[in-house]
Amino acid sequence: MTIMETRKHGSAADGLVGGRLSRFEGDLKVTGAATYALEYPVDGLAHAVLVQSTIAAGTVVAVDASQALAVPGVLMVLTPEDDLGLMTASDWYGNRPENQPFLPLPREVTYNGQSIAAVVGESREQAIEAAKLVRVIYEEKPGIADIDDAKAGKGKLMDNLSVAWGDAEAAFAAAPVRVEAEYRTPREYHVAMEPHGLTAKWDGDQLTVWEPSQWTHGMQRNYAEWFGLPIENVRMISPFIGGGFGSKGVALPYGAVAAAAARKLGRPVKLAVTRPQNFTSYGGRAATRQTIALGATEDGVLQAIIHRGANETSTYTDYPEQTGAATPILYKVENFSSQSRVVPVNTVTPGALRGPGKNPSAFGIECAMEELAYKLGMDPLELRLKNYADHDYQSGKPWSTRQLREALTQGAEAFGWSRRSHEPRSMRDGRQLVGWGIGCGTFPVLRAPSAAMIRILANGRVEVVSGAIDMGQGTYTILAQTASEALGVPVDQIDVVLGDSRLPGSAIAGGSMLAGSITGAVHKTAAAARDELIGLALNDPNSPLRDTGANTLTVSNGRIASELGQGPALSLPELMAALGRTEIEVVRNTLPEDAQSLTDQNAAWSSMARVQGPTMGDYSMHSWCAHFAEVRVDEDFGTVRVSRIVSAFDCGRLYNPKMVESQWRGGIIMGIGQALFEEGLVDGRNGRTINNNVGDYLVPTNSDIPHIQVISVGVPDHQASALGGKGVGEVGIVGVAPAIANAVFHATGKRVRDLPLTLDKLL
Amino acid sequence: MRDFSYFRATSAEDARQAALQASAVMLAGGTTLLDLAKCGVAEPEAVIDITHLSGLDGIAVNQEGAVIGTLAKMAAVADHPDIKAWFPAVSESLSLAASAQLRNMATIGGNLLQRTRCAYFRDPLTFPACNKRNPGSGCSALGGVIRNHAVLGVSEQCIASYPGDLAAALVALDAVVDLGQRQVPVDDFFLPYDHAPERETVLQPGEMILGISIPASVAARNSTYLKVRDRQSYEFAAASAAVGLELESDNRTIKDIRVALGGVASKPWRARAVEQALIGKALEEQTVARAARLAMDGAVSYGDNLYKIELAPRVITRAIMKVGGLA
Repeated sequence: MTIMETRKHGSAADGLVGGRLSRFEGDLKVTGAATYALEYPVDGLAHAVLVQSTIAAGTVVAVDASQALAVPGVLMVLTPEDDLGLMTASDWYGNRPENQPFLPLPREVTYNGQSIAAVVGESREQAIEAAKLVRVIYEEKPGIADIDDAKAGKGKLMDNLSVAWGDAEAAFAAAPVRVEAEYRTPREYHVAMEPHGLTAKWDGDQLTVWEPSQWTHGMQRNYAEWFGLPIENVRMISPFIGGGFGSKGVALPYGAVAAAAARKLGRPVKLAVTRPQNFTSYGGRAATRQTIALGATEDGVLQAIIHRGANETSTYTDYPEQTGAATPILYKVENFSSQSRVVPVNTVTPGALRGPGKNPSAFGIECAMEELAYKLGMDPLELRLKNYADHDYQSGKPWSTRQLREALTQGAEAFGWSRRSHEPRSMRDGRQLVGWGIGCGTFPVLRAPSAAMIRILANGRVEVVSGAIDMGQGTYTILAQTASEALGVPVDQIDVVLGDSRLPGSAIAGGSMLAGSITGAVHKTAAAARDELIGLALNDPNSPLRDTGANTLTVSNGRIASELGQGPALSLPELMAALGRTEIEVVRNTLPEDAQSLTDQNAAWSSMARVQGPTMGDYSMHSWCAHFAEVRVDEDFGTVRVSRIVSAFDCGRLYNPKMVESQWRGGIIMGIGQALFEEGLVDGRNGRTINNNVGDYLVPTNSDIPHIQVISVGVPDHQASALGGKGVGEVGIVGVAPAIANAVFHATGKRVRDLPLTLDKLL
Repeated sequence: MRDFSYFRATSAEDARQAALQASAVMLAGGTTLLDLAKCGVAEPEAVIDITHLSGLDGIAVNQEGAVIGTLAKMAAVADHPDIKAWFPAVSESLSLAASAQLRNMATIGGNLLQRTRCAYFRDPLTFPACNKRNPGSGCSALGGVIRNHAVLGVSEQCIASYPGDLAAALVALDAVVDLGQRQVPVDDFFLPYDHAPERETVLQPGEMILGISIPASVAARNSTYLKVRDRQSYEFAAASAAVGLELESDNRTIKDIRVALGGVASKPWRARAVEQALIGKALEEQTVARAARLAMDGAVSYGDNLYKIELAPRVITRAIMKVGGLA
């Protein structure tokens, strides 16, 4: 829990919603003053180090920890033999199996890199050395390394993901122009700059956890349920997060290991997951395969889309990476069919990584659309506009707002698309082939309730308090702007307190749902606080504004006065002093009236039970974008450099354009990495991800990033959120990789359908 | 904790004596040593800190050539105006290596001695078999993922690639390693991995690199280092070429040419066959491209690094044409 000081830039209007305020915590972060989870000073710490499996599948027959225990300073070795007394926690939706033990160090090995033991020592160095000496004896079983393994098979059909309307097969068969191809994406990883880890500390039956978290209340519940504690006995603290990208939304087995070790030892335990262990302690994006068949008329009117997708999952959980997620909603089509499979292999269960589902889905459909455009001899921009979806053909509902046409046309204008030469290999700059490509993206609007507290203090400062988190996306800043606008108090009088499960509950910072949700709660709470202040000023016997005859008052620029100038204009400290109040505290939430019980509130803040999808209601609601990429390919070497990107976004109203543009650019940069570099290299013999470090798993460097122009074409969408914004965090990456792959085709005439576009594929 | 003894050397002789101990390593910039210690490959019993030795970080350039002390930082050599002017391939090979942070720490001697990035070499717990770590235990990379492994100077004993950039430039320019008692051409300093992968250099126990010298030449002055990779920065080469060129007075006939390769071989790889094929020939792209293929004589791919056999000659060709002012 940290109180931020505001730092204001630009005009006074920047402090209001929509202003380009710089991020509050920026100075703290760049000067190193922001305290991240593993930096909290805790007395009496012991250090835990994970021991992970080196085989893909099998059973731990025995663990010989004798050498490890002999290392000076080693306090304990936990193995599958140890009963940690944990019970399985609820899933995201709040469903919980009964009486099912939770084994964070299981005997059954189902993937290479699975945690099977942990060493706790006085120092981290001692524990690391001892961890190397833990001897594990396995009974090895044949494993399935990845989705390309011949033993993997076709997988299981996920019936709940099948989508169909019209008669896609017949329409495709009858279409005069057809394209059909398979598109593939590899395993990809979050590689947040801050690796995972935690410090766990027990005080009796109270557990405090310092751990980077995208969802303090959700993870609080995970820990409470594992350890059989009332939820309020667990406190998650996470004021700063060094990147999450979907990986820090739930508590993970290593967290249970650290907290269990701390309980057993009676000492606080810190566990830092090493960079290589970060590749298998939680799942990245699943490898995907999808076949897309498009049928069209000769003048480019889509007749049918047939999508067949598959992704790898673990042997113990069916995790769908929905390659059919964007396929049905990007274009107008009367005949559609999509089916998805999951293919169990020996991997950690994949997880959500920026733009889950939509991202690989867009890679498929957006490459396929350009393949169709070239087959038709049509400009890919024209093909997209020609098949523009006037409503959501999947749900049959109207869009709440959809400025994708504006994104395409304004993006094209800014990019200079009209100067394009259609033929592949027709644009050149010296030895470099130049190519242009488009990729559209989308991400659904997810809505969730949140709560907030506003405290007006005697000194006139205002605290905005929420358990929501800020992992760099700007929560601190936009909440101050929201409260400033609703309260009439300048933004530099506002402090924002976040990142603690003891604070009012909030939606997860995931699925691009936090900003819309928490600004709604803060706005509601701030308006209530203003009303309470005005009520006191009008009615309190000690208020200098009581007998002015005004029937209402305004708060503006931190001063409260009547609209007609009757009576004095008081600053907040003056009014608070007159009222004799030390603080005014207001708590509100955006749950419905009939769901205000403590149980309902706990469930709302710590599960996804009340999250509303994009078509729950009268409209279909999504963010949209169109990316325009220019690449230069050195054909002798096969090297691809992205030389220019222009992206236009419809994310509704922007609460702080500076923060939003930064998130969009971040998503685009990740998309460049996905297009050109990122790929988990799995050894087919033992399922090991061998490039499990940031020297070998490549993400973009500054040199790889060209000028990126971002354009907002959104309009306020009040169906999507109280203040009119749609999600911005996820959508930025969606469509980038196909835009680049399409540009590479335009440059070279070579269609690479499997990411990443490494040089060996273009030689 | 793995304990090791720490000895801060006060003279090179001191350091060499201390290095005679079993399992002793020298610590300079530490960028390789710490990395290898973290992944469990380096487990020294004695660490000899040579960073306090004086007079070993010099960079001197005169008519004869350059003399660079072993403790000179990569960044200092890369940015030295005389190195840039007289030995551009050396400067460029360093600028294109590692990251700015590493270049500010890493030393020239340590740079030469960096170990391979073979993922199997670097993960001893998962892959115990490695002839480089444990002679006779086998090669885990064979049959594994080997996109960036070597195709030259390899055998079923080891297919690891020498990762460095600088050494390729030095090999091309006939640089010499100063070991105090003896001077060894850089080309001979490195041993191919193919028969005794655990032996990477001719360094004997008790020897240390004191510096390198690079003879001045027209080819050195007219040299370049071309590094091809997927990522623009901070990635090892898929293939690289260090090239120096001297033309006859007709300005088109090749009088002297130096070609060495990085990223494709078990050591920095001088391509003498290419050089011999080009001396006396006109600098012309087709001729150069044909000659460049000779660099791949004897190349072997054990899997998904086959592309390197196609790529490397193209890199050589471009580098030669570039340094000839024609690309």
